Amino acid sequence: MSGSAAAAALYETVIGLEVHVQLSTRSKMFCGCACAFGAPPNTLTCPVCLGLPGSLPVLNRAAVELGVRAALVLNCTVRPDSRFHRKNYYYPDIPKNYQISQYQYTGHPPLATDGVLALEAGGVTRRVGIRRVHLEEDTGKLVHAGGRSLVDYNRSGTPLMEIVSEPDLRSAEEARLFLTRLRAVLQYAGVTTGRMEEGTLRCDANVSLRDPGGPHGTRTEIKNMNSLRSVERALRFEEARQRDLLAGGAAVVQETRHWDEARGLTFSSREKEEAQDYRYFPEPDLLPVRVDAAWIERIRKDIPELPEARRRRYVETYGLPEHDAGLLTETRPMAEFFEATVQLGGHPRTVANWLVGDVAAYMNAAGVEIEQIAVRPAALAGLLALVDRGTISGRSAKEVLEEMLRTGRAADEIVRERGLVQISDTDELIRLVDAAIAENPGPVGDVKAGKDRAVTFLVGQVMKKSRGRANPEMVNRLLRDRIGAP
Amino acid sequence: MTGPHPASPADRPAWDLRACYRRGELSPSEVVDGVLRRIEAVEPQVRAYLYLDADAARREAAQWDRAAGAEDAPPLAGVPVALKDNLCTRGVPTTAGSRVLAGFRPPYDATVVTRLRRAGAIVLGKTNCDEFAMGSSTENSAFGPTRNPWDPDRVPGGSSGGSAAAVAAGEATLALGSDTGGSIREPGAFCGVVGLKPTYGRVSRYGLIAFASSLDQIGPFARDVRDAALLLREIAGRDPADATSAGVEVPDYPALLTGRVAGLRLGVVREFLQDGLDPGVAGAVGEAIRALERSGARRVDVSLPHAPYALPAYYIVAPAEASSNLARYAGVLYGHRTTRAADLIGMYARTRDEGFGAEVKRRIMLGTYALSAGYYDAFYLRAQRVRELIRREFAQALESVDVLVGPVAPTPAFPLGERVEDPLEMYLADVFTVPLNLAGLPGVSVPCGFAGDLPVGLQIAGRAFDEATVLNTAYALERALPAPGRRPRVVTAAERRSSPA
Repeated sequence: MSGSAAAAALYETVIGLEVHVQLSTRSKMFCGCACAFGAPPNTLTCPVCLGLPGSLPVLNRAAVELGVRAALVLNCTVRPDSRFHRKNYYYPDIPKNYQISQYQYTGHPPLATDGVLALEAGGVTRRVGIRRVHLEEDTGKLVHAGGRSLVDYNRSGTPLMEIVSEPDLRSAEEARLFLTRLRAVLQYAGVTTGRMEEGTLRCDANVSLRDPGGPHGTRTEIKNMNSLRSVERALRFEEARQRDLLAGGAAVVQETRHWDEARGLTFSSREKEEAQDYRYFPEPDLLPVRVDAAWIERIRKDIPELPEARRRRYVETYGLPEHDAGLLTETRPMAEFFEATVQLGGHPRTVANWLVGDVAAYMNAAGVEIEQIAVRPAALAGLLALVDRGTISGRSAKEVLEEMLRTGRAADEIVRERGLVQISDTDELIRLVDAAIAENPGPVGDVKAGKDRAVTFLVGQVMKKSRGRANPEMVNRLLRDRIGAP
Repeated sequence: MTGPHPASPADRPAWDLRACYRRGELSPSEVVDGVLRRIEAVEPQVRAYLYLDADAARREAAQWDRAAGAEDAPPLAGVPVALKDNLCTRGVPTTAGSRVLAGFRPPYDATVVTRLRRAGAIVLGKTNCDEFAMGSSTENSAFGPTRNPWDPDRVPGGSSGGSAAAVAAGEATLALGSDTGGSIREPGAFCGVVGLKPTYGRVSRYGLIAFASSLDQIGPFARDVRDAALLLREIAGRDPADATSAGVEVPDYPALLTGRVAGLRLGVVREFLQDGLDPGVAGAVGEAIRALERSGARRVDVSLPHAPYALPAYYIVAPAEASSNLARYAGVLYGHRTTRAADLIGMYARTRDEGFGAEVKRRIMLGTYALSAGYYDAFYLRAQRVRELIRREFAQALESVDVLVGPVAPTPAFPLGERVEDPLEMYLADVFTVPLNLAGLPGVSVPCGFAGDLPVGLQIAGRAFDEATVLNTAYALERALPAPGRRPRVVTAAERRSSPA
């Protein structure tokens, strides 16, 4: 065992995550403006989300409902009377120079507390604690251009939910698993789209090392992780950085560190912790958020099918292998893609094979999510129909799908252009079969002697001559007929 | 008509204008012209307005000339009103008396403004006030003080001094003000007009530039109780744009003015009649209480032992909320922005330094301090506990009496400049009015006599959402008092010029 490996074994990694998700409400948290991504700057604003003098916030009930829904799927205790508070600080992206948020202190609990999310990995179930779930409004966005700073307030007042885990995670891999699982559960519950690349899911992490079972070590807060992959990379880096510091007898400094994706490291943001006094106090413009038992029950009844239930359904009603069902339900958009394709006539097992196989491979290679690929369920169903009808072979289909994913073009168009239509014309196939028989007397003899494997070889030869376009079943039958196999 | 200007429609109450329109004796154009002439005559001295749009008022009046007399005309059709300048008016300058909002034209109307327009009122303009409604004399306005129509060397009270003075001087038939610690009632008393602070939540705050959100309420100024009741009816009621506005039914206040107070239990607050009360004020208030008793009300002496702690608690809660509410005035989106800053922090600091006056800065600092880590429990939380005690104490007292009465302020209108250098002395003007804001209860200031030549107001407080009883008690007093109490003699510039020095 090397020295560093020995040191590594001495420490236990302790990670807690703070996850912000944008709630999928139609309108903002405290006004009627639409929540939308990518609209022209400052077009989705009003006196309230611009913080104009005299404007007042009015709580969007839909945001509370989604918050409660999230709390329920995370097995939290929903508080019957949480309050909003003002977090006071100056920055141009926050028009009132305070943020309306829920902040926990004695007597004023956040929306929900004390939940748990179960993770399964390698047959072991881990239960990760959820410390609290609270609601707050998002800020606008600063845009720096041409030596000037401009502000876009479209995002200002968009409803956010913050989920804080207990420091129960023990590795970067586990943190990624937790986040994947959390995202899936929230997506399924219809709480958020959970797209890290669009910022509808953001994650900060607190990382520290300690002697196993001992008191907590000094933690650092890691920010600016923009994908699941970068969360895992950043935490792995930070874990190693702290381990090296401690192994070298140095101390970890409590600070905020930013993840640099390009350089693959975390660096200190040089922000002084504890320097900021946010002067929290109860938001006098809003009443306490009263959530009674009846409302909670109504919300509970509206929760859509969660990933576990959907995975079981795929296994039981579609007969999918556990593994495929698991992969298809990992994100809600993937499951929806699968179901939409099946709805359009795709055979469930075939659709699953293509999604888990070629489509997933493409997504991994390109680093994109299912919502971003150029192929929609209708297009995939169209391709599979061509295979079903015998218009193209399965082998051609792989080639066509590749092009579809790359260009977004329709399957039949690609098939026509490349001349991939399967040859099912008997006369043409007989010509090819006879040529193969003439060229391969040895295998033909084997077939006559009852060696079935030789048929497969001869089919391959015919396929080669047809450049993959021959109908394999017909070729098989014709070969046996022409050779006069037993 | 009684009063010094029987010929001028500027002195008629709104309820009377309506009757005149109906009978075809007057038209809105004649009324607006009369009020504009009055403004021309007295405004150089009073300076009630920060912004006046005479042309717009005349245009609006002309539009009502035919319709205002109709049976189905809205309740305030053709009635000229003035708005405190902390109420947002679409496209019309709104400064809240602050340099930091100079040039600001809101893109929207406050809910009360929308309701007034829907009720047919004609908006004359915006009235002067202490900067962000912080003050008791209107001397904290960045645009100069308003003078008391009764005595130009004295303050009109504040912070809604412009609205109170405008109504007193006949420069508007009705006006709206806002009251956070007495800012309607105290200038009402100083100017001899009726000023009502409704129950917290009775009137929507949407579009009221916030000073202290948990205390601010918009309310009416009028020259008589009936008009105050009428105006309250038009602005009151639940507003979906203000989460703190209450869904409590709004009664037809003018219809409930019977003037009968027989059997009414009149709680006389011992703590409000302590030493230090100006003898003239004490005399007028005592006489008013006796007048109500003569009308059949039963006097019950009441003690509110925590009331003296209201002022210190208020000066924690109000500045704390203000420090946060006023953070937005930093030069980013609207209002003043300094031209002399190199970086972001510099822009914030200089903009606010240039934009805010001394009293606003003082309260922002007080509030920031009170909310700071380590001080929050000792100040803000403690003040909230006192507030809760006061709230309970008032609720309890109002179980055994129907209304609470006392003076509005310890003194009548004080001389200009007397208290500007002494904030504590200034704060004492609100010692009797602040408790109602902390308790969220309704209170009216109704003229009840004179201390020398200066008007004195009686404060009548009631149960939450029981403005009807408060107004009816005020109405009974108005009818029981001799004429001068009902019709203060407004001094105009012309009269001053013609009167012997």
